Amino acid sequence: MDLLQSTLPYLISGISVGGQYALIAIGYTMVYGILRLINFAHGDVFMVAGLVMVYLSAAMPLYIAIPLMILLTVALGFTIERVAYKPLRNAPRMSVMISAIGVSYLIQNLALYITGGLNKNYPAIPWISDKVTIFGMETTRVTVITPFLTVILVAALVLLINHTKIGMAMRAVSRDFETAQLMGIKINSVISATFIIGTFLAAIGSMLYFTNYPGVVPTSGGMPGLKAFVAAVFGGIGSIPGAVIGAFIIGICESIIKGLDTILVVNGVITEQVGFSTFSDAFTFALLIIVLVFKPTGLFGEKTTDKV
Amino acid sequence: MKKVIALILALVMALGLVACGNDSDADNGGEKVVKIGVFEPQSGDNGAGGKQEILGMQYANHETPTVEIGGETYKVELVYADNASSNDKAASAAQTLISSGVSLVLGSYGSGVSIAAGDTFATAGMPAIGVTCTNPQVTSECDVYFRICFLDPFQGTVLANYAKSELGASKAYCLAKQGDDYSGGLCNYFIEAFGKDNCVYEQFPEGTSDYSTYITNAQNQGCDVFFAPVSTEAAAQIIAKADTQNLGMPILAGDTWDSNVILDAAKGTKVEIAVTTFYQEGADADFDAAIKAWINSDATAKANNGGNDELAAVTVMGYDAYYVALEALKKAGSTDPADVLAVLPELSYTGVTGAIAFDDIGDAKRDTAFVKACNTETGKWDFVAEQGIN
Repeated sequence: MDLLQSTLPYLISGISVGGQYALIAIGYTMVYGILRLINFAHGDVFMVAGLVMVYLSAAMPLYIAIPLMILLTVALGFTIERVAYKPLRNAPRMSVMISAIGVSYLIQNLALYITGGLNKNYPAIPWISDKVTIFGMETTRVTVITPFLTVILVAALVLLINHTKIGMAMRAVSRDFETAQLMGIKINSVISATFIIGTFLAAIGSMLYFTNYPGVVPTSGGMPGLKAFVAAVFGGIGSIPGAVIGAFIIGICESIIKGLDTILVVNGVITEQVGFSTFSDAFTFALLIIVLVFKPTGLFGEKTTDKV
Repeated sequence: MKKVIALILALVMALGLVACGNDSDADNGGEKVVKIGVFEPQSGDNGAGGKQEILGMQYANHETPTVEIGGETYKVELVYADNASSNDKAASAAQTLISSGVSLVLGSYGSGVSIAAGDTFATAGMPAIGVTCTNPQVTSECDVYFRICFLDPFQGTVLANYAKSELGASKAYCLAKQGDDYSGGLCNYFIEAFGKDNCVYEQFPEGTSDYSTYITNAQNQGCDVFFAPVSTEAAAQIIAKADTQNLGMPILAGDTWDSNVILDAAKGTKVEIAVTTFYQEGADADFDAAIKAWINSDATAKANNGGNDELAAVTVMGYDAYYVALEALKKAGSTDPADVLAVLPELSYTGVTGAIAFDDIGDAKRDTAFVKACNTETGKWDFVAEQGIN
């Protein structure tokens, strides 16, 4: 078996995982860019989107369930901002962060209460969960679609931010919160719009993610949320292309590490298993530390200018 | 002023919680009550399995709600503590049971939590009967722990023999969860019996959701059998991936996979699955019919069983465990944990899953396991063989 043939499946699954992390990471990075807040509840919103879909799909056909799920998730993101973050607008940043952590645990425990902690099977969405064969390897269509969809959504988002009025307002708010307010920008509606876009992408991401890995539990949002957060920091928090590239790098690295033993054994480099797969998560976080040590603002982070 | 209001609000809420805590000590109307602790996961990785095990106890309790202890009739009350499938929550869940005055404890599903809670039970002198925790350390390192199921060295050997002789496998891929006593232990015993040189052993970290790479690993290394005795939650994902990637080899697993979560996940796929288990549905038709009728009559029970009346072996084990507990209470003639602990070593009882007696370590003397395979068309288990280690 040649090197390419044995590595390809890992690359493809890595790109797909990366695309899903990217859609979540954008939510983190946008909110941070504007509010300087790390929205810890974001991963849990992602999980709720999955659960809502499980319940809705049991009660109604998919063509109603999917738009309704997206709508409900967006409404949840909007509500969280209004209830838990807006009243703390002038409070120290630490209080808002604690509030975010509180919301995260509240959502997780509510989900635990409602589902009883049991694994819920995500419904199969026709077409995207069909099997396809690419380069002689079998997988589901969603694996192939994810990276493309991610890139299209991000391109649309960048256009929105650079060429629309609301986008201009977002940029203004992220540059200087108070001055933007003085210039007549309705800061609350800009922030709400940010949350709406972020949760919309999380809802799409959850659909792709859970179609690929069809089990939803209250802690489902935890690990993907954390990895997406790492991706956002890795790419330079506040930068959207950075978050996307960071997410792809992390997804691919993780997947390759998990398969590294096999790749090396199959290609005759080593004869014994070394046990790399055990370190796939450790590696992700080690990578984060190394990047931050050498480039504290991440790969594409904003340059901080010192005012003297 | 605002601060004062906030402080008062916080105090009121805290006091409210304290008040809730006291409600449970309500009067029982003069009736004598004996409490049996149920130490099971109701959430987390093993939540589904824990709930099914509890179902068996609840059904048994529904069938026999009273017990004769020392000439007096006691009402049996099940006291639940959720260990959340997590080793670090096990001790506090165990402590909750001890504090609520139970006479003995049943559980848990999942060996890790039982090992973790062993010390707490031992310190309190609280007898515990493991229902389906199969790791040897549960009883070997704890004097108060007994168990009614077979052990992992036995189960691992049975599975390895089955893979070799029945499936004709020569190379096995073994997958365990990192830091999980159950899957790690079972993989080790399997590898020991199968031959270390013919096994590829890998572990995945907690919170993993992408299992496609492990499937690819097994395929690329040319294995003939995929051994994955992991939690049902991970199992559902593995089965889904095995189907889309055409795994091309049978999947083997231990008693954990005897669950309708697996049946649901495997239905309509082309994945071959075989498991070892404690009880084969159909072995006692009257019992099966009665418990199914009960599950169907109770909406909560049905939901806890995964929404259908497919009988899991752990449920039947839970049922037997309850009767073993009653037997112990009768024999002890007292509700004192110390008296119950004293009679356990000599106890014998014949349950639905077979004869139960304990050896010196506190393990059940069992020498057969049932192997069953998943029928992916009907979504049911097909009986394959009754397998010993000889």
